[in-house]
Amino acid sequence: MADEVKKEVPARFKVTIDNITIEVAPGTTILNAARQIGGDVTPPAMCYYSKLQGSGGKCRTCLVEVEAGSAADPRPMPKLVASCRTAVMDGMVLKNITSERVLDARAGVVEFLLLNHPLDCPICDQAGECHLQDLGYEHGKEGTRYEFKRRTFEKEDIGPYIQLHMTRCILCYRCTYVADQLTDNRVHGVLERRDHAEISTYISKAIDSDFSGNMIDVCPVGALTDKTFRFKNRVWFTKPVDAHRDCENPKCCGKVTLWQRGDDVLRVTARKDQWGEVQSFDGKPGWICNTCRFDKKHSNDWVVEGPTKVSRHSVISQGHYIDMQMPKEIMPEVMGGRAPKLLMDIQDISEVNSVDIGLLPGPATSKTFEKKEQ
Amino acid sequence: MEFFGKTGRSARYLVVNADESEPGTFKDRYLMEFIPHLLIEGMITASYALGSKCSYIYIRGEYAWIVDILEQAIAEAKNNGWLGKNILGTGYDLEIYVQRGAGAYICGEETALLESLEGKRGNPRIKPPFPAVRGLWDCPTVVNNVETIAAVVPIINEGGEEYAKIGVGKSTGTKLISACGNIKKPGVYEIDMTISVEEFIYSDEYCGGMANGRKLKACIPGGSSVPILPANLLLKTAKGETRYMNYESLADGGFATGSMMGSGGFIVIDDSQCIVRHTYTLARFYRHESCGQCSPCREGTGWMEKILWNLETGKGKMGDIDLLWDIQRKIEGNTICPLGDAAAWPVAAAIRHFRDEFEWHVTNPDDAQRRNYGIGHYANPIPVPVTA
Repeated sequence: MADEVKKEVPARFKVTIDNITIEVAPGTTILNAARQIGGDVTPPAMCYYSKLQGSGGKCRTCLVEVEAGSAADPRPMPKLVASCRTAVMDGMVLKNITSERVLDARAGVVEFLLLNHPLDCPICDQAGECHLQDLGYEHGKEGTRYEFKRRTFEKEDIGPYIQLHMTRCILCYRCTYVADQLTDNRVHGVLERRDHAEISTYISKAIDSDFSGNMIDVCPVGALTDKTFRFKNRVWFTKPVDAHRDCENPKCCGKVTLWQRGDDVLRVTARKDQWGEVQSFDGKPGWICNTCRFDKKHSNDWVVEGPTKVSRHSVISQGHYIDMQMPKEIMPEVMGGRAPKLLMDIQDISEVNSVDIGLLPGPATSKTFEKKEQ
Repeated sequence: MEFFGKTGRSARYLVVNADESEPGTFKDRYLMEFIPHLLIEGMITASYALGSKCSYIYIRGEYAWIVDILEQAIAEAKNNGWLGKNILGTGYDLEIYVQRGAGAYICGEETALLESLEGKRGNPRIKPPFPAVRGLWDCPTVVNNVETIAAVVPIINEGGEEYAKIGVGKSTGTKLISACGNIKKPGVYEIDMTISVEEFIYSDEYCGGMANGRKLKACIPGGSSVPILPANLLLKTAKGETRYMNYESLADGGFATGSMMGSGGFIVIDDSQCIVRHTYTLARFYRHESCGQCSPCREGTGWMEKILWNLETGKGKMGDIDLLWDIQRKIEGNTICPLGDAAAWPVAAAIRHFRDEFEWHVTNPDDAQRRNYGIGHYANPIPVPVTA
């Protein structure tokens, strides 16, 4: 229409999350805007995966409160919104950890997610790099109020490489998006309804595709684990090392993390960023093929680049202080190059130091020092 | 309509939601079974207004025989030139297809319906975008109920202003109410929304009063997902005014002392019924029908059902009632689609208005197990304070 006045869209949208204002590109979701701020302001996400189209909105852990919808329409939204699927508006004001409602709803969601989860972390291969563990630790309550039998599933064999533990699944649907978007023919999906909905293949068909192993990487819990790594080691005992190889598969990025014990390569995964997602290289997500993941289990197959920088807050970061941020020293800046002048050395004038406590027969008392003074 | 056409896609669709699966609601069944031509005529008119060349009726899987009725009606319309190519020489083409669902309640949610219609798993989509912007096959789509589309015909025939003179306030036109439960004459009634609830239940023209001479205990005025109301709040609002059968009056007092018109499923409950068992039945339904996509609804509905089963069979604890309240509070509003709310509201309202009945089940486990519900105990509704 000719007479329609086109509103000027600002090049950058101003968003305020927990009183921190940031400018982001239009079309950014609230979650990605919060990730640009980082830290505690970022809502947790169990189902959203920025590299998979259409993911998100299902787990409801990333709910945030919208205090003002936009600069043009500053009304609050009545319901909490899923930050991973809601795009920001200019002048939007959001509350995450400053909102009681959000914290209450999130604690509820954590409880719901753990309701039917078997909590078999001691025998689960994902323990240590499990997003549900982190989520429960950071946002959950100390106990559950659920007193009933948890629902279980029959174990189902879905091929030679991937183990499916449906009881541990939180139905984030990420693996179905991998099956849909990365592999050639989709055989993997969701069956059934309600709390008996299950991730499976139709009529127990094996998953056989070059990129099916990426389902293991995207799984936030231990529902899909690597059969070549099962029960071999705990992740926190292994040493992650960045490595690459020239993969024949053109779609494979070839940049991986090797999980080593000594010189043995126990496991190969894609490289992950601080949000637990596969890193992007040259703007493309670094998915790796099954040959790299399952067949190249020797150090000679790989060109080792160096130790992996683990910046995730999870227990796997234990012992890996490489990417730890040291507090900034501000003293030299404040002094502006001047060295502080020593006015008094406490060591020299203190009477306490004149007594050698090691030579005393008993404990030192105030009398010990008083005598010295006389 | 203001949403429409912004995407610039050419195709538009009209989808009629005939997936009527709410317990206590059967008004669309009546329309489709006995006057299917009214629906077809309404669809042709609405499709012409939208410019849709292809319209669908998504019908509940259990209504198998109605599919035949509708298809026969469509064939008759086609034979007389009301459907197909170049309708009545206007150059307008329209095809109507009937698609049968597979029996999932969730497919009555408009976006889940569209997913199912596209041949996918019936999971609700995340909104926005709304179907009017990106609906069926990413094209602008209008999803409306059978009753709405059928009402197009009298509105067009009589004119909008004339039609709006029926009824009162904002509740204009007529409404089909499917009355069921412990009443003498259950069935589908067309009302003009000026009658009072008391008149609707007790007059011989409508429900004909309570069956077997029992007392009115409670009523769900709009299908199973809306809050239940005890008799005293049903007949009179919390302010003491008469409650009428219309949208505003039934919603008067919010959820604390009011309810909703909902889908027009009027379920009347007499004093021989147990509210705890009734709530359990509803919770079981919503547990079974949850699609399992988002976690509060998937896990919470099952949890509520189990707690209610414990309470109903005399194995419950006093703390369970507060726990139920907390669970429903955490489901409500935090889910993708309204099924979470629909599962939470009946439980919330039952606890709000009939808490003593829940407590009776805890304190008298033996009687509860024998399903001897202590009927004399709560024959008269409990007065609820206005501020509740």
